[in-house]
Amino acid sequence: MTHVLDPDALPGATPAVHAPLPPYDDVTRSDSAFRAFLHGLPGVDQVGAEARVAQLGTRSIKTTSKAWAIDTAISMVDLTTLEGADTPGKVRSLAAKAKQPDPSDPTTPQVAAVCVYGDLAGVAREALVGTGIHVAAVATAFPSGRASRAVKIADVRDAVENGADEIDMVIDRGAFLTGRYLDVYEEIVAVKEACGEAHLKVILETGELKTLDNVRRASWIAMLAGGDFIKTSTGKVTPAATLPVSLVMLEAVRDFRIATGRQVGFKPAGGIKTTKDAVKHLVLINETVGPDWLDPDWFRFGASSLLNDLLLQRQKLRTGHYSGPDYVTVD
Amino acid sequence: MTSLFEYAPAPESRSIVSIAPSYGLFIDGEFVDGTGESFKTVNPATEEVLSEVSAASEADVDRAVRAARKAFEKTWGPMRPADRGKYLFRIARLLQERAREFAVLESLDNGKPIRESRDVDVPLAAAHFFYYAGWADKLDHVGLGTRPRPLGVAGQVIPWNFPLLMLAWKVAPALAAGNTVVLKPAETTPLSALLFAEVCRQADLPAGVVNIVTGAGDTGRAVVEHGDVDKVAFTGSTEVGRSIARAVAGTAKKLTLELGGKAANIVFDDAPIDQAVEGIVQGIFFNQGHVCCAGSRLLVQESIHDEVIASLQRRIGTLRVGDPLDKNTDIGAINSAEQLARIRELSDIGEAEGANRWQPACELPDRGFWFPPTVFTDVSPAHRIARDEVFGPVLSVLTFRTPDEAVAKANNTTYGLSAGIWSEKGSRILQIANQLRAGVVWANTFNKFDPTSPFGGYKQSGYGREGGRHGLAAYLKGADQ
Repeated sequence: MTHVLDPDALPGATPAVHAPLPPYDDVTRSDSAFRAFLHGLPGVDQVGAEARVAQLGTRSIKTTSKAWAIDTAISMVDLTTLEGADTPGKVRSLAAKAKQPDPSDPTTPQVAAVCVYGDLAGVAREALVGTGIHVAAVATAFPSGRASRAVKIADVRDAVENGADEIDMVIDRGAFLTGRYLDVYEEIVAVKEACGEAHLKVILETGELKTLDNVRRASWIAMLAGGDFIKTSTGKVTPAATLPVSLVMLEAVRDFRIATGRQVGFKPAGGIKTTKDAVKHLVLINETVGPDWLDPDWFRFGASSLLNDLLLQRQKLRTGHYSGPDYVTVD
Repeated sequence: MTSLFEYAPAPESRSIVSIAPSYGLFIDGEFVDGTGESFKTVNPATEEVLSEVSAASEADVDRAVRAARKAFEKTWGPMRPADRGKYLFRIARLLQERAREFAVLESLDNGKPIRESRDVDVPLAAAHFFYYAGWADKLDHVGLGTRPRPLGVAGQVIPWNFPLLMLAWKVAPALAAGNTVVLKPAETTPLSALLFAEVCRQADLPAGVVNIVTGAGDTGRAVVEHGDVDKVAFTGSTEVGRSIARAVAGTAKKLTLELGGKAANIVFDDAPIDQAVEGIVQGIFFNQGHVCCAGSRLLVQESIHDEVIASLQRRIGTLRVGDPLDKNTDIGAINSAEQLARIRELSDIGEAEGANRWQPACELPDRGFWFPPTVFTDVSPAHRIARDEVFGPVLSVLTFRTPDEAVAKANNTTYGLSAGIWSEKGSRILQIANQLRAGVVWANTFNKFDPTSPFGGYKQSGYGREGGRHGLAAYLKGADQ
């Protein structure tokens, strides 16, 4: 791209349709201004970030705090099925599990949402009427995001019409990696508008962004564009949600609220399979952004197999002994 | 701070370690009673007396030195270097096998959080023995020519802040080089050295190779001034270091001193801020700030001062102060009433001189010695808290405007043990590091240790190096010496 001394002097810069919240309302005025802003964010030292999460990983969460953590984690699960082979039957069975995760113990909390492809959002909606469980649908040519904007917007509208009240979109990683940050931003703004009342979770697909500096920049783009949540991954790319990535994204939502007053939620997804992983994430939230985010309105786990491990650990705390995979339901 | 997510107590069990009601000295491979007056060692977190320990008199120290001399001449000195290495490997493995025991004992006697004794002190102590064990039969490659010779009997006096680790720093290179040692642990933290004596017996280390004489300043003086000691190694305060240097002057004894520090931790405006804040915390609150190389002077570029301080205060608010044996504790107890009094005194002086004291809301236990993490802002280079070593969880914040000013302020200290630089710009890190007069310079990290890396100071922080190849040179003489 051409470098210019005065970003404002860039000819033909089109003002963005939507200005971010103050004090950042002018950072999207041009490509180069936006680039300068994003590259002016403090860098992330990978070694330091890894050391920090390793240290927090040594927190010992036992007895009453473990019980609280397990129940809280269950209530934060976005129970997910995103397979080409998904059917209405599969989605209904998942919805049943969402309502009553552990049939042997009715005190088990229900999960936060069921997450499906847009065409099955209607099935999920119908199965979850009156439960308060949200219906999340992935959209915008999930998981690659490689489609024209018109197709992506249509995908979102379709999912919302089918009954989704939460939309999980993917950002255009190609645009991001070629430095077209304003394109990424404008697309999120357009999707947010298409969402209407539905909550928007913006998937960064951090496994494709690779560096923690990129993770921080992409988080800021998504928050400035009006995303309600920022989310790590689609679950279709490895690595998915790693603790250093979660740390950087949590620092981003923390800093964004300090600066603008608006709180943005966070959802790690993919790769979180055990209670231990979940508890490490709760500790990370607790000590990075604080208890304001310890709530399903502000934090979700995108997961499928995690729920059964949480249930097994919950049974262990209640009964004092470990059961086995046949004591939780297969869906 | 009340939180939704309270961590239930997670105490490490102390039943793994058995502490005898009283301990003698470890001389010539045996535990023997000392002839000095015995003293009590307490748990600084509870003020509970842990044990009574013999103080070594001059006569006891003489016995220990004689045992060390005999071992040097008869067994350890003549032994094949590869066999000396085997003993050191054995000790290293035993330290690993008994790691939990050492960690619990260290936290009980010193007050440091179990997370640190478990994850830092004990593994690093074992690593030092492993590292120097490997050197034992490779001394021709230290850089002192072929067949460098050991010095003889080393008298070693160590501090209370890292009792086992400092023992390892001193004992491992001395033995690897073929010396024998008489070691005096600190008065307030003798127990892990005595457990180490047990490990020496378990490893069948020949009698007299390691001797441990407990006691206070008088015992230390007897070790240092003993006529048959060939080498003195001391880690501790600059004041005591000076008197040791005086005592050793005019003798043939070799001397290394690792003394105090007042390290600058320099944060540039292009630093990775979140990691820098972690590094500041790690730099000054690690081990309650009882660290000679602690980053006790934060030099932050004025343009990011407010942002960094706000972030730092928020982070300090999450530090968990309390029971050292709880696995979730970040900051444990101050080691002694005496040290606590010094920290209080210097902090009060800081306030009286016009600096601005900030401490998070945190509940401290009723019994024991405690001091909350403390940050002083508006500190000027003339303030005593910017110049004197506090040796506690007290950070002084100063600002700078340009790289030159940062270097000038960082070097404006009578010490020179360590420093830290935080910047995302590699060329700046190298440029600044070259100008800092400090033995260790960390870049985008702080308080990281490794047996392969030499450690030591400039100016009043002492002389000689410990760790790495350089650490061996302090216990060897070349053909021309």
